[in-house]
Amino acid sequence: MSDEPAPASRRGLTVLPAGPDALLLEVSGAAESGIAEVLALHERVRAAVDRGEGPWPGVIDVVPAARTVLLHTRPGADLPALGAAARALAASPPPPSSPPAQGEVEIVVRYDGADLAEVAAMTGLDPAEVVRAHTSTLWRVAFGGFVPGFGYLVGGDPRLQVPRRESPRTRVPAGSVALAGEFTGVYPRASPGGWQLIGTTDAVLWDPDRSPPAVLTPGTRVRFVDIEASR
Amino acid sequence: MIPALEVLETGPLVLIEDEGRPGHASVGVGHSGAADRSAHRLGARLVGNDEHLASLEVLLGGLRVRARGRLTVALTGAPAPARVDDRPIGHASLVDLAHGSVLTLGMPAAGLRTYLTVRGGIDVAPVLGSRSADTLSGVGPPPVRAGDVLPVGPAGATFPHVDQAAHPSHAVPWGSGDTGVAELEVLPGPRSAWVGGWGSSLGGLLGTTWHVHGDSDRIGLRLSGFRVERAAPYRDVELPSEGLVRGAVQIPAGGAPVLFLADHPATGGYPVIAVLTASAIDRAAQLRPGDLVRLRPPP
Repeated sequence: MSDEPAPASRRGLTVLPAGPDALLLEVSGAAESGIAEVLALHERVRAAVDRGEGPWPGVIDVVPAARTVLLHTRPGADLPALGAAARALAASPPPPSSPPAQGEVEIVVRYDGADLAEVAAMTGLDPAEVVRAHTSTLWRVAFGGFVPGFGYLVGGDPRLQVPRRESPRTRVPAGSVALAGEFTGVYPRASPGGWQLIGTTDAVLWDPDRSPPAVLTPGTRVRFVDIEASR
Repeated sequence: MIPALEVLETGPLVLIEDEGRPGHASVGVGHSGAADRSAHRLGARLVGNDEHLASLEVLLGGLRVRARGRLTVALTGAPAPARVDDRPIGHASLVDLAHGSVLTLGMPAAGLRTYLTVRGGIDVAPVLGSRSADTLSGVGPPPVRAGDVLPVGPAGATFPHVDQAAHPSHAVPWGSGDTGVAELEVLPGPRSAWVGGWGSSLGGLLGTTWHVHGDSDRIGLRLSGFRVERAAPYRDVELPSEGLVRGAVQIPAGGAPVLFLADHPATGGYPVIAVLTASAIDRAAQLRPGDLVRLRPPP
């Protein structure tokens, strides 16, 4: 084990070692195109795991992130075979007009966030325009992490890109709808947080007694609806 | 009467743990499970349990439980003095508890976590397919407290085969400050190149004798004593968050490594330069603050 493991790359996919029971797949695209590549790769990996052919049944968890998809396997899985299968999957032509694997959900929001005015000032929009921009596009969950049920949503109006708050709040209330960078997200429970708060929702995004427990699974399409407009 | 363990007293922390909860990391719930898996599995094998049944993970002893009904139990992991009523009992041995008898677990001389396994398993309600308490996400049963009555499940069809196991943990130095240095084997991580790779001994990770820092728990072990430096091309690069595994050796901005254990976050934004082997993770889960540790590649 003295040699540097050579990352195998083909058509943009790099397969990186991640210990005895995992591989990390890295896409080539930068920033936003990277997220689109990850979403496409994640969808195909999920489909391969569901079909259960070749080395794929050994995969027990799939974790997409900003530029990577982690494949976590049972102990003793054939990692070289899995890496080869992942490269073949990434290199094969995309399935013809596959219907979206995940559904579309609506989240009703009261746009009363503590940072709404500041977001408006930073973006050069007025608060009503911020609300219109947030509700006018179909967002998509790129990946999770942070706390159970939290999703990083992409696909928003580019005018809504704002930096995180300079000093994070020690407590952001559950149901807070927030912006940071190219992402929007909803805090499933009260937690510390540095995102800009623009509204609140009563939607329960995490319930371990529900199946599935999370609403915002990677790939899910999300439309935000202004509670004022829906009345 | 439903067989149960009545909790009379707990030490610093007693958690219900099993083999963990894979399949939900993409929505922010890690695998969790027993911090020292081999100790949990040894307990399961001793009492004839399926490994997926839950045991009690006892941090630094201090547990007192009373048997409701007749129970068969075993203690594994960090060896600690223990007795049933006034009779001392052995480590990694099958022990019969008569109805009403009280098992008392003292402080281990070395190591951190002792597992109490009951034939039939701790039968609390599973959450997302597992009875593991995840201290990071809060998913799973709450910590065990005095006054709890923990139901014991029905015994399986498998019967115990041996009365005592020759537990390898005795032969392995856990590395208490004065008796030795724990050696942990690591494999390459996805971002080995960020610190110069194996050619540079992973930027000083290998070959350094580290101290286990006091700010360590089931989420991870912090090491101190040196700083792992990034290789020149990566010095000012930010890493977008990516999926983490148990055993990941992550280098945060300050250069002091973190070894992630059972309750690690699902994703992290610092480079993972190496990953512990399965047995090294179990060993790491028994290290105490102040213990000395060295990381090395497999022979």
